[in-house]
Amino acid sequence: MADTEATETAMSDGPDGADAAAEPVEPLEPRHLAAVAALSERLGEAVLEHHSQRGELWVRVHHESWQRAGYALRDDLGCRWFDFLSAIDWLPSPFGRDMDAEQDWPTSGPPARDNAIEHGITGGETRLQLLARAAAVEDNPGGGGLAVTLKADLPNENPAVETWIPVFAGANWHEREAWEMFGIAFVGHPDLRHIYLPGEFEGHPLRKDFPLLARRVKPWPGLVDVEDMPAAEAPS
Amino acid sequence: MTVTEREQRAFIAAAAADARVNVELETEGMTLNIGPQHPATHGTLRIVARLDGEQVVAAEPVMGYMHRGYEKLAEVRTYPQVTTLINRIDWLGSFANEVPFILAAEQLMEVEVPPRAAWIRTILFELSRLANIALFLGDMGVQLGALTPVFFAFRDREFVLNQIEAVTGGRFHPNFDRIGGLKDDLPKGWIEETRGVMAKMRNFCDELEDLLMGNEIFEARTRGVGVIPADIALSYGLSGANLRASGVDWDMRRDNPCGLVHDQLDWKVWTHPDGDSFARYWVRLQETREATYMVEQMLDGLPAGPVMAKVPVIIKVPAGEAYVATENPLGVMGYYVVSKGDLGPFRVKIRSASFNNISVAPWVLRGVYVPDVITILASLYFILGDIDR
Amino acid sequence: MIWTLALELAYWQQTAIKLVVVALVIPTAALILGYVFLMKMMSFMQSRLGPMEAGPYGTLQLLADGVKFLQKEDVFPRRADRYVFALAPVVVLVSTFLLYAVLPMGPDAVVSSLDAGLFFALAVASLSVIGVLMAGWGSANKYALMGGMRAAGQLIAYELPLVLAAIGVVIQAGTLDLNKIVLAQANGELFGWGAIGFPYILTQFLGFAIFLVAVQAELTQPPFDMPVAESEIVGGYQVEYTGFRFLFFFMAEFGTAFAFAGIASVLFLGGWYVPGLDPASGWFNLIGPFVMFIKIMAVSALIFWFRFTFPRLREDQLQKLAWKVLVPLALGNIVVTGVLKVLV
Repeated sequence: MADTEATETAMSDGPDGADAAAEPVEPLEPRHLAAVAALSERLGEAVLEHHSQRGELWVRVHHESWQRAGYALRDDLGCRWFDFLSAIDWLPSPFGRDMDAEQDWPTSGPPARDNAIEHGITGGETRLQLLARAAAVEDNPGGGGLAVTLKADLPNENPAVETWIPVFAGANWHEREAWEMFGIAFVGHPDLRHIYLPGEFEGHPLRKDFPLLARRVKPWPGLVDVEDMPAAEAPS
Repeated sequence: MTVTEREQRAFIAAAAADARVNVELETEGMTLNIGPQHPATHGTLRIVARLDGEQVVAAEPVMGYMHRGYEKLAEVRTYPQVTTLINRIDWLGSFANEVPFILAAEQLMEVEVPPRAAWIRTILFELSRLANIALFLGDMGVQLGALTPVFFAFRDREFVLNQIEAVTGGRFHPNFDRIGGLKDDLPKGWIEETRGVMAKMRNFCDELEDLLMGNEIFEARTRGVGVIPADIALSYGLSGANLRASGVDWDMRRDNPCGLVHDQLDWKVWTHPDGDSFARYWVRLQETREATYMVEQMLDGLPAGPVMAKVPVIIKVPAGEAYVATENPLGVMGYYVVSKGDLGPFRVKIRSASFNNISVAPWVLRGVYVPDVITILASLYFILGDIDR
Repeated sequence: MIWTLALELAYWQQTAIKLVVVALVIPTAALILGYVFLMKMMSFMQSRLGPMEAGPYGTLQLLADGVKFLQKEDVFPRRADRYVFALAPVVVLVSTFLLYAVLPMGPDAVVSSLDAGLFFALAVASLSVIGVLMAGWGSANKYALMGGMRAAGQLIAYELPLVLAAIGVVIQAGTLDLNKIVLAQANGELFGWGAIGFPYILTQFLGFAIFLVAVQAELTQPPFDMPVAESEIVGGYQVEYTGFRFLFFFMAEFGTAFAFAGIASVLFLGGWYVPGLDPASGWFNLIGPFVMFIKIMAVSALIFWFRFTFPRLREDQLQKLAWKVLVPLALGNIVVTGVLKVLV
């Protein structure tokens, strides 16, 4: 955690730090610290890690406290506007990026694949990470509002978590989407069925080990399709 | 807590309506499929409505007829290629789709956009809002049975599209935004022409205010229809004019400009306390007018300079996560971009406005009449591509 | 001359001629109204040109459309009630035909001059409800059913204001015969000044307004077009119809609009009479149709102007308007007219 914050400060001293229009990171910290403190008070040990970047706050909580974290977010922090709920599959795709064309890597060639899971902001433990964001919008118009992105690691076997519908009614469809795309079960969701895909669809398309069949069947055209620039042909 | 109470009440109302349908009136309820090919759903949304006579007992939107899987497709594309896809999300205001994604990529790359590029980006952003909402303003009339406004809308929207085309070369899918700036500068004489177009758009707003909004039948059809209180709107994540029409004073352009220049302009966020269909129409009309003023201010204050920052030819985005949302024509559109230092994103979560906006439909459509279903859906204003992605 | 011919011909010959005339008048009327108002007036109001290709200035567009409709396959929905479905447009068209039977175009230029002509006209006009209900039921389509139900509710609700609005005129003229109503207006005097006769719109303006509103609802035109509301129930009872059956509905709609405009001009605008000629003159059989045509076009312009201007009301709002506003107003109008008739 400390590491990420240090990197963040170093970054904003870089090319971007000179501009005052970008949200200054430092003055927002107390607000974020207060928010994290409030969450910790409510959830105790379940608050695992936090990170702030450009006025946004990321908090990773334990998945068993997911619903309680939602209530805390809404009631204690005043983040009453539900933004979205989704998930990230941190498994590196076994198929690479399916960018087979040489021209996409003109100098170095495709990098060596490392199949270890590397997590992003606030780290992580398992493959599937739940992601949801809510913001405070009405109390402080003009102030930018407090926006918190919650994350939770889900167990690799049978990922399941309590539903957020009692917290934010709008989570209904988002959870259906996450269930369909990632195979995350939401305990207490009354209506967990396909939202986009046909009812008999099998598999969870947004998981990294679900192949993008279009690319499997027919590789990305790459160089074959590229025509020479006209200037190269007609020098006159 | 209010949410659950309301839900319970709605559930009880639905159950009571069921009881009425099945016992007291001894009639059969009817299930009506509104869509997927229905003139009111401008796209392929399907609403399965259970009716008691003309009253809706329960309505459930069914989507996915246009799901294109952009989140998966984006994972196998490079950053510049992704903009081509996301152009098609909200196809009426395409340029505005590109902006938050590009902003997110720029955040991760720590690229500083030249001021002129930021200003032109904002101008095009607002022009796509005009092109988008102008159609809503006319289309709402068609949904209510007044044919004439939509022709005015198409007529005047054409001027805006011409201006967008003059800059980007594309009327519908500009694909003009680049990481680090814009593809090109404005063409010659464009600024003056755009001023004229803005005057025309204001004229169009006045016209519609007289023709449609001042009409008694229009008011009778929209006032008090589809009321969404602020707490419901917040918990369903409504955004844009739908949220502001419920009295929540929140606009990403003012409150969190992230890279666009709205904070340097003098403008007003319009809200309406009622939360009904009329309020949503009213707010959008005011916003359209406000957008024309914004564009004029930006044309006046357009700084000189390059429109492209120095970025490498092969764009590799450093590892990290960023979430950038902007106030798009339909509402808040955000991209949660996860990068692992590759040529393309590792994961893109597209938070589209209409998905949340329409998710309130089952709540708000309970107990209304069939004609009001159309009114409410029209006033919530969704684009199918923005729901299905 | 029509009246001399009529005297010399046998009954079946007269009837045949009348049938042919009416059978020609209805499509022509529909074409004229459709072209002038639906295509051109609407286009100009909406800042566009409308059809410009078929014929000079697009005049033949509707003819081309008609030919296109005739060429189309006669499609029946699989689960439709075939006979009901097939008959419905005919029933609707027949009610339009019957309307023309009593519409006077001159002192003798009328298919059948009935003593209770007005009563007959208003009665047969509501026959179309049956056709509409048949169409809605026979299509085996939920939208069509809803459209049919809405149409039935609406047409019945607006029958009453329509009749009540006309009663004011009947009281003033003292007759139900449409031709005698025209004569009463032609021979009437305005405070002793008889130069322009006495068109009843002057005293019965309220009746005229109510009549037009009710006609608008009878014709299921905006703002009362819920039975066919294309953005809600996708054309209502017409949704499954194609080809010449749809053409029947189309002709009936515009033919009825023409006929109702005719009845309105007879009741309120003096019918075929123009000031300056003796109403008893036989010349009115010649110029009467043209006078009527001009008046009908004027009234139709009003009807269609509403159609292109207003959004659609909701079904319950429509019923409220009929029962809470139009009927009381019309009744009040009758009371006032009756009292004045007795007093003056």
